[in-house]
Amino acid sequence: MDLWRRLRAGICVVVALYLIAPLAIVVIISFSAAAFLQFPPPGLSLRWYGNLFNDPAWTDSLTVSLEILVPSATLATLFGTAAALALVRGRIPGASIIGAMLMLPIIVPAIITAAALFGVYRGLGLNGTLTGLVIGHVVITLPYVVATVSSGLKTMDPRLEDAASTLGAPPGIAFWRITLPLLLPSILSGLLFAAVASFDELIVSLFVSTARIRPVAVQMWSNVRGDVDPTIAAIASLCFAFAFLALLAEGMVRRRLGTEGPHQTEGQL
Amino acid sequence: MSNVDAVEATRAPARPDRRVVSLRLARGWLVLPALLLLLLAFVGPVGWLLARAFTQPQPGLQNFELLWQRPGYLQVLWNTVAISALVTPVCLVLGFPIAHAMATGSARLRRWLTFIVLLPFWTSLLVRTFATVILLQRNGPVNALLMGLGLASAPLPMLYNLPGVLAGAIQVLLPFVIFPLHAAMARIDPAYMQAALTLGARPARAFLRVYLPLTLPGLLTGATLVFISTLGYFVTPAMLGGPRQTMVAQMIQDQIAQFGNWGVAGALSLLLLAISGILFLLLHLAIGRKAAWR
Repeated sequence: MDLWRRLRAGICVVVALYLIAPLAIVVIISFSAAAFLQFPPPGLSLRWYGNLFNDPAWTDSLTVSLEILVPSATLATLFGTAAALALVRGRIPGASIIGAMLMLPIIVPAIITAAALFGVYRGLGLNGTLTGLVIGHVVITLPYVVATVSSGLKTMDPRLEDAASTLGAPPGIAFWRITLPLLLPSILSGLLFAAVASFDELIVSLFVSTARIRPVAVQMWSNVRGDVDPTIAAIASLCFAFAFLALLAEGMVRRRLGTEGPHQTEGQL
Repeated sequence: MSNVDAVEATRAPARPDRRVVSLRLARGWLVLPALLLLLLAFVGPVGWLLARAFTQPQPGLQNFELLWQRPGYLQVLWNTVAISALVTPVCLVLGFPIAHAMATGSARLRRWLTFIVLLPFWTSLLVRTFATVILLQRNGPVNALLMGLGLASAPLPMLYNLPGVLAGAIQVLLPFVIFPLHAAMARIDPAYMQAALTLGARPARAFLRVYLPLTLPGLLTGATLVFISTLGYFVTPAMLGGPRQTMVAQMIQDQIAQFGNWGVAGALSLLLLAISGILFLLLHLAIGRKAAWR
């Protein structure tokens, strides 16, 4: 037992370092004064963050990413929450099959989805359009919302809503006053998840975007494969900061409402 | 009988309240927007792509014959399966102790570990793969450390080869085995191990005969998720591998972007989906309702 505990502690430390080291290295390099990806950096500067907000290639792609992220995360949250309500609380034939189908976009390799959308979009003139990108991102992020909200609904006692409607609340009121407030943390974490997934989405965007409409992930991809400067580390660090804040916010919402920790939700995937 | 049971008992046998039933029925249509989107923007297009395998350039099975005859395609298919088969066991071995510490450690330890696993999980795969490039490059920190410790006399080549792909893939995929394993372990009653130990089993035996079998649903789920994710990998082999680590996803992209060869791309997609589908089916048969993600 003692040997196992020591072994376990050893492996845990190594694996934790392995998981965190890339993130730490990138954050350090983003403050580097060197003109290329050198570690350790010879000095510190903020010029790469400045570059990020001054270079039109980066500012344009940041704008495009937000123009995709806002509508797609909103739509995914609306559609996903509605679908979760129907699947968990409604009565529909074949609910488990429909539920499994809604998970397909995260099980099917992204390259297949990307190639398929690219092929069909060609005939519809949707390649290189915001509409095309938004549709693709909704498809990719929908499963995250369905999974998160479904698991939230499953841990919520349905008798609370039943009680409200038995006591005379019309369905609309029962939903607004009882279901929605209790479900809010799950919906918010679904929304955050969809937003993060949309910002990171590379493969569908790679196929469907053009040089003119190019989200951050695609800009990073083409940068990494060409000549790399620490601007990419700066944007990556901002991504970490965003993920960090999202995690923190999610934990806080859940703690305040006394629901399960975030890992409970992730386990559903 | 507790109050809750009493309520349940009075409610269950009686006819359910009409309002409640109508509320439940009314909810069904809410699935339609998501379902419609999925059919139009996912199932339809993927079906269209897979159909190309049999129709381009002319109707028939020539695309599959091509995959079978040209050694290049077979080599890439083999690479893909081999890399998945290498990544999966390493993820299980490295993920097991972490999941175990998360399931049985103190609340403080659990919070820290959850955070350490979740933070990379929430950050972009592209960014993490790019970070691995910096870590593993010739004059990067890992080589500096190895040489500083006297473990290497010259920088080791760790990029654009198999070790690079493995290092990147395992870093990205570890959370996918840690979450289901942790879910399975959290459900194991510690009394089982106590019982085995008090009944005279040595710790190693108790672990192998009692604990390990109970984690099986988590192990199988994690292994399947990792294996299937690796099969479809695109970013990691493209950034960390060399020509010899080319995987199916890159080949699908090449076929479309470079050659406009939709037939072969469709055939490769169909193969990839078939392998993933069969694995999922096997997993379902093996653990069915006990699946750790439920």
